[in-house]
Formats: sequence, C-alpha cells, structure tokens
Amino acid sequence: MKTIVEILKEIRPEFDFDTSRDLIGDGMLDSFDMITLVADLEKTYGILIPGVDIVPENFRNLGAIQQLVERCAAKP
Amino acid sequence: MNFTFRNRKISGLLAIVPANERSFLEEMANFDFPPARSLKLKQVMGYDKHRLVDGPVCASDLACFGLEHLFQGGQLDRGDIDAMIVVTQSPDYFIPPTSTVIQGRLGLKHDMFCLDITQGCAGFLIGLFQAFLLLDQPSIGKVVLINVDVMSRKVSPKDRNSYPLIGDAAAITIVERSDDASPIYANLKMDGARGEALMIPAGGFRQPSSPETAVLESDGDNNFRALDHLRMDGSAVFNFVQIEVPPMIEDLLRTAGQSMDDVDYFLFHQPNRFMLQKLAERMNAPFEKMPSNIVEHYGNSSGVTVPMVIAHNLRERLLGGSINACLAGFGVGLTWASMLMPLGKFTFCDLVDFQ
Repeated sequence: MKTIVEILKEIRPEFDFDTSRDLIGDGMLDSFDMITLVADLEKTYGILIPGVDIVPENFRNLGAIQQLVERCAAKP
Repeated sequence: MNFTFRNRKISGLLAIVPANERSFLEEMANFDFPPARSLKLKQVMGYDKHRLVDGPVCASDLACFGLEHLFQGGQLDRGDIDAMIVVTQSPDYFIPPTSTVIQGRLGLKHDMFCLDITQGCAGFLIGLFQAFLLLDQPSIGKVVLINVDVMSRKVSPKDRNSYPLIGDAAAITIVERSDDASPIYANLKMDGARGEALMIPAGGFRQPSSPETAVLESDGDNNFRALDHLRMDGSAVFNFVQIEVPPMIEDLLRTAGQSMDDVDYFLFHQPNRFMLQKLAERMNAPFEKMPSNIVEHYGNSSGVTVPMVIAHNLRERLLGGSINACLAGFGVGLTWASMLMPLGKFTFCDLVDFQ
C-alpha cells in the first residue's frame, strides 16, 4: 500500500514533503491539490473523508494528514 | 428564512447552450501546470467539455434566441408574457436592465413587468421566489423567468481553477398558477460578510476597469488572472457548501414533514462532481438521486445549472409525469436556498444549441 508521502509525490513530484512543516504555506499544496489528495487517500486506504474535514488545517503537514486518515479509518 | 407557496407551478422549461464546445484536453496547454497534474484534477472534478460563447455574445442574445424558439414552436405566445424576470451576473449593460433590452428586441407588450436580479448560483431559486410572488397579482398570469450568464467572458483563460469549469447558458422557465394547493416549501439564507469568496473585484463603480485592472497577475499557484476577472476562493466556497447546505436541506424536509426517501431527485446547483459527491455523502442522500453531470457536458453556468440539470436528465420523465424534487442553489453572495416542490408534468422541456 502506498504511503502518504508517495501519494503526495505523485501529485507534486517536484517537492520534498518530508522536510516541510507547512505544506500550504510553503506553496506545496493548493486547494485543488487537496481535492486530488483526498480522492487518492480515499481510494488507497478505503476511507471516506467528510467534506467538512477538507480544510487547510487538516493538510498542513504530514502529521495532520496522517491524523485525518486515522480518524476517518476509525469511523464505522 | 422559510417560505411557503401554494398554487404555483413550472409549466415548461427550455435551456439554451452555445454551440461552441471546448474540451479540457484542448485547453490544458493554456494552463501553467504539468499535464499529469491537470489530468488528475480532470478525473476528480469531472472536467471534460464546456460550452462557451464565441465572440461578443451577450446575455440578451441567448435569451432572445430561446424566446424566439418558443414563439416559433408555438410553446409560448409573446402576448401572454405578463412579467419577465432576468437573473444574471453578466448584463448587457449597467443601464438599461437586460430584461427591458429583451422586451424591446422582441417587441413585447408595454403592459408587463420587467425585472433584473443580480444573483449567481442560487439564481434559479431566487427567480422562482420572485415569480411566485408576482403571481399574487391578478393582472399577472404568466411569468417568464430567464436565468442567463456568459461568465466565460469574465474568467481568465489562464486560471485553471475556474476556466475549465465555467460554462455559458440560458434557461427560460414558464411559471404560472396551478390548481394544486399543496404547499411548496422553501428556505433561504444569505451572508454578505463572506461575499468576497466569489467576486469580480473591478468593473463596477468601486473600482472601474482600467488598463491596470486588466493586467494578469499570478495567484502564487500558477493561475493568472486580472482584477477584471472572476476570483473564487475554492477552499472557502467548498467549506461553506459542506457546512451550510446539509442542515438547510434537513430543515426544509423537517418543515415539510418529509424524509430523504420521499424525494425523487435532488436537483442541485452544479459546481463540480467532487463537491456534489461530498455533499451527498454528508446528507446521507443516494448519489444516484443527485445528477452531477452538467459540469462535464456543459460547464458550470451559475444560476442556470438547476434548469440545465433538469433539461439534460429529466426531459422524458417530466413530459410524461411529475416528480417530488428538492432544488438547491448555493454560492455567490454568499447565498444558499432550497425548495421542495412537485415538478411536471411539463408542456415542454428542451435543450437547444445557440447558433
């Protein structure tokens, strides 16, 4: 199964996502990349990410994205 | 704010789209993005084709074409139009109103009420509210509601966030009294404090258009647009829709004493497929009851998308009988509105190309 970093690299191969603490502030993810990422995360991990959770705070860095995925995976 | 109407119906509907069709694949080279990234977005958002006016075509051109089509087809008699409401964000002029431009071009009677309303994505519902209210007057027997926008002329072709999804279109909806006294439920909310989420900054009296407002500037994400162009804060609009629309629909159904199962179709504004899918999930509404194919075939034409979704998906159904429909529009303003009403049986329901 692909990791979150691998999914991010597929969307924006030009960036090193491991080093950034603010993917949005550093210009590595825009709002449309977030949507593409949501679609890929849902497909890869078999989860549903609620529309209200698709906000910049949940995509700020790798830790925030990981937490979002875990929260969604824990839902029945 | 809740509304209830009785003895009102839509008797027919005609949608008009420019014959000029462009595809996302053709236009991808205009955007400063790697093709793979754009193709991925195409898949998620449902971008494919869109219809755009070719050259200086205006709102009244699409509307007059549609009305002439109805006159010639015998579906509407020009002498029967007692009121005409034009809902548009792209008027022919600041002055005079586009409704009177259309009235004059078609030689319609003077004994009629012409009204322009500036509204966007909720424009079909706002127009219906006004049409229903006008029908309180005994002198008004038939209202022609025209939703029309040629917003492609105000979107930067180098803005990948907005240009691929935009579409030009018009719709003519005939609104009349009905013998059916069963209630039509509706609600509406507006929040001008968040209005800048969808905005054209220049071109009005606050900041008139000038050579400076026409200069393309980067938004930092490789999109280039001028102050004369439409600006959309994608995250703010997406979040607004996900937070505000589901409780509005719940409230509407509760007021009407109905459930999701009672609704045959959720005929919603068409921003893009992804946003509608997330909306359906949050509402626990079956996605198959929420047609979401207008952006991929025609583009998002603001207030015209609800009649477009009806004409494209439900023509045969509505010519043959009626459905219980939940309509909703949400966007510019910000405005969000919904309505629960029987639709059909229509006397006509067509979608034609503007040549």
